[in-house]
Amino acid sequence: MELFKHSDFDFLGKKWFFINLSLILTAAGFISLAIKGGPRYGIDFRGGALITVSFANRPPVDKVRAALSGKLPVEVQEVSGRPEDIIGIDALQDAQLQASRQKVIDALDAAFGQPGNGKYNINSSGAAALADRLRDGLAAASVPMSDPQLQTLASNIMDYRKQHTGLIKNLDELASVPGVTPQVLNVIKQQTYPDSVAVVGTEVVGPKIGAELQRKAVLAVLYALGGMLVYIAFRFEWIYGAAAVIAVFHDTLITIGLFSLFNKEITLTVVAALLTLVGYSMNDTIVTFDRIRENLKILRREELEPLINKSVNQTLSRTVLTSGLTLLTALALFLFGGQVLNGFAFALVCGIIVGTYSSVFVASPILIFWHNFLEGRKRSARGGSSVAAPRKPPNGPVPAAAKVSTAAKDRARPGAAKVK
Amino acid sequence: MTSNIKIRIGIIIAIILVCLYGVIGIPKSKDELLANWKKNIHLGLDLSGGTQLVMQVQLQDAFKAAADNTIDSLKQELQKDGITPAGDLTRNDPMTIEDADKIEIDVKGVPSDKSSQFRGIVNTAFSTWVPTALNSTDYKLTMKPSEGLKLKSDTLSQTMATIERKINALGLAESSVQPTGRSDAEAELLIQLPGVDDPAHVKQLLQTQAVLEWDEVKDGPYTSREEALSKHGGIMPLNTKLVPTAVRGGQASWYLVSRIPVVRGTDIRDASAAAGELNRWETNFVLTQEAAKKFGTYTEANIGQRAAIVVDGVVISAPTIQSKINDTGRITGAASQEEAADLALNLRAGSLPARLTIEEERTVGPSLGADSIREGFAAGIAGLVAVVLFMLVYYRRSGINATLALVLNAVILIAALAYFDATLTLPGIAGVILTIGMAVDSNVLIFERIREELRAGKAVVAAVDAGFSKAFLTIIDTHVTTVVSCAFLFIFGTGPVKGFAVTLVIGLIANLFTAVFVSRTIFDAELSGRQVAALSI
Repeated sequence: MELFKHSDFDFLGKKWFFINLSLILTAAGFISLAIKGGPRYGIDFRGGALITVSFANRPPVDKVRAALSGKLPVEVQEVSGRPEDIIGIDALQDAQLQASRQKVIDALDAAFGQPGNGKYNINSSGAAALADRLRDGLAAASVPMSDPQLQTLASNIMDYRKQHTGLIKNLDELASVPGVTPQVLNVIKQQTYPDSVAVVGTEVVGPKIGAELQRKAVLAVLYALGGMLVYIAFRFEWIYGAAAVIAVFHDTLITIGLFSLFNKEITLTVVAALLTLVGYSMNDTIVTFDRIRENLKILRREELEPLINKSVNQTLSRTVLTSGLTLLTALALFLFGGQVLNGFAFALVCGIIVGTYSSVFVASPILIFWHNFLEGRKRSARGGSSVAAPRKPPNGPVPAAAKVSTAAKDRARPGAAKVK
Repeated sequence: MTSNIKIRIGIIIAIILVCLYGVIGIPKSKDELLANWKKNIHLGLDLSGGTQLVMQVQLQDAFKAAADNTIDSLKQELQKDGITPAGDLTRNDPMTIEDADKIEIDVKGVPSDKSSQFRGIVNTAFSTWVPTALNSTDYKLTMKPSEGLKLKSDTLSQTMATIERKINALGLAESSVQPTGRSDAEAELLIQLPGVDDPAHVKQLLQTQAVLEWDEVKDGPYTSREEALSKHGGIMPLNTKLVPTAVRGGQASWYLVSRIPVVRGTDIRDASAAAGELNRWETNFVLTQEAAKKFGTYTEANIGQRAAIVVDGVVISAPTIQSKINDTGRITGAASQEEAADLALNLRAGSLPARLTIEEERTVGPSLGADSIREGFAAGIAGLVAVVLFMLVYYRRSGINATLALVLNAVILIAALAYFDATLTLPGIAGVILTIGMAVDSNVLIFERIREELRAGKAVVAAVDAGFSKAFLTIIDTHVTTVVSCAFLFIFGTGPVKGFAVTLVIGLIANLFTAVFVSRTIFDAELSGRQVAALSI
């Protein structure tokens, strides 16, 4: 099977269309960023707290919001596919964070929890505490256990809880846990109760650390771009490095813009994805550049623009295939990877598409612009004219470029009269 | 088949065996296989569940304590030599870590004729401090910069040691305490507690400073601080301090106690929780030999007097001394067994030289981690199946070649994680999945090149040869750029993100081997020794 068997698309002939498209996309991202006052940072960068709460019977998200409203400025987000909500508390001062977290937990417990009546909440305890709690009760019910036995029992119960979304709904469920006999179950019922709300995860980042992480993330992306520039300049020519880095920077900007448009949060893992993209979308550009360099050696007589167009066509099937395959894995992550990796996978999916596009439609035209610019300068220098080097106007090419583009058209229409 | 190819196949098989051994050992049963897998592949906190804390050591506490101790002993030394400063000795109160080494002690009203004597005492007995004369009678003592640095590093290492003891006492395996290593935050510690099932309790234990004092009660209890002061004409008697009792539902009361304790936390050799009278929980402690002597003399002389047991500035209990006590004591008043056991644990671990504040906390419940593993696994399988199917359809028999290389790539990656003791995090799993997508990139590059060469009319063997050699440099270039960006990710990233960078780099290096060496060997083995007219690609 083969796609693009003899592809001969005139990519560069339509370069202005694609460059305008890139500009529009970038502008859309910038406008969205401007309206929303910058990117939406996750708590890693903003500072704040995220609490993941599991419910025995998840109440409608409005009710959760109502229970918390008026107490604290919080955001509530449902976790799809699991009876969980994520509650975000915005950055306050370090000291307030811990206190407001407790407030949220207390408010949820008051609204959706069950009264304990002095019993022990089996959904918030650790194995050791549970063992302590059961020891006397078991002895009183004349099923005394040795300490190791008791520890095993408690950790079996904890394992059961772990396998069931972190929440025991009804104590009768525990009958299936090894070591829980009817007598033991009775003691468990006497001593404990299953609260219907449990905190299954928390993330707290102080605002100071958040600001530090933000600075580091920006630095990491900039250094990575700088590293690429140096490496490609070393392997090719500096203009290739510049073209590749501009293309990748363009990808990063558009991806950040898309995050803003879709109202997604930029977290630490998203930055990791962005950096991966910096490396990855560079791959396509390098493969094309490699081919251009190779063709420059073989086809010495060819004009630059058709040569580049030919190189892009030659590498097209590889570009589309590998990007498509990586996109497949990124899509798998996006669809099945779960809540935590969602933003990460989204960045990859957007970035791979934009990155593939930019290596064809952004990086290669930059090479041509530069070439034309040099040609123009040489020509004016040779002609001894006092006119400054002509810059290429958007729709009216200077003579040098005109010749190149007509040559490209000739190739596209075999049999047409040769102008050259 | 030539011997060259046989050697290459031998190398590949050897590498596969070494990799498999690193991941699953030599299992004799399915259970053993799973156990070895679990032992070799370390799961990060975000997968295994647990807590990660970044705590800041409030270094200024240690500096204040050092100044307080100096003030106490300097007063005694001066008294011995007959110098009585007109004013009191005071210190300033640095509030932040950055200001910790700006600690100062003010000595006011040293008689001007004793000036050189005063300097002599400071320079010999308190050589960590530098006296500066403000005028003829007043002095300011500042800490020597070298001593300040030493105090900082001592405080940090003592804090880390104490936290380690607490963690060990809790029986939390695989936990770790280390400096975060951020250059601009020397006082930060990273504490990782995998598999903790009740993080709130552990956090509280770690934060408890556990400074224990056994003080003589001079007077009290009073209902308020004001009442205590008014009883003594508004001025605290010399060498005393006011300490509140623990608030348990009711009102706090206050005791006037001796400023210098009879017994400190450092004098304790062992401590344990036990059920006392009426089944109330209490904490028993045993003193060191040296402290026991002092304690014996003190209790003998003070039978019938009250004493205050103060933990972290709060009176826990105020018992009356019934008889001479030698080396054991008990602290009653615990609300539960857990509280008594926690206090015992803290006393055994020793006190923290400074308070700890939480800067960052990430807790992942074990059920959340288990779900993440499941989802990551599902995504990985889906990605792998999609890629493999595509390669088989698109490249037919050569697709099998690519699939073999891909699977080997994954095996080497996982084995490398096991051999390097790297930690597999959720972003790390994403790295593995992404490697699947990127690994086929090299195969596609080579295969497309081979197709081109075939199309240009080359013979099969020559086309394969040209395909590999022409694609090689491009593959190196694409790998280097990704490794460069991963390097910066590793330098600037934290925790899980670092794990992602490591996984991706290992995956890429393994990919160089599988896509270039292994794929080539498979092609050569297929083509050697017979005339092949067409390649299934």
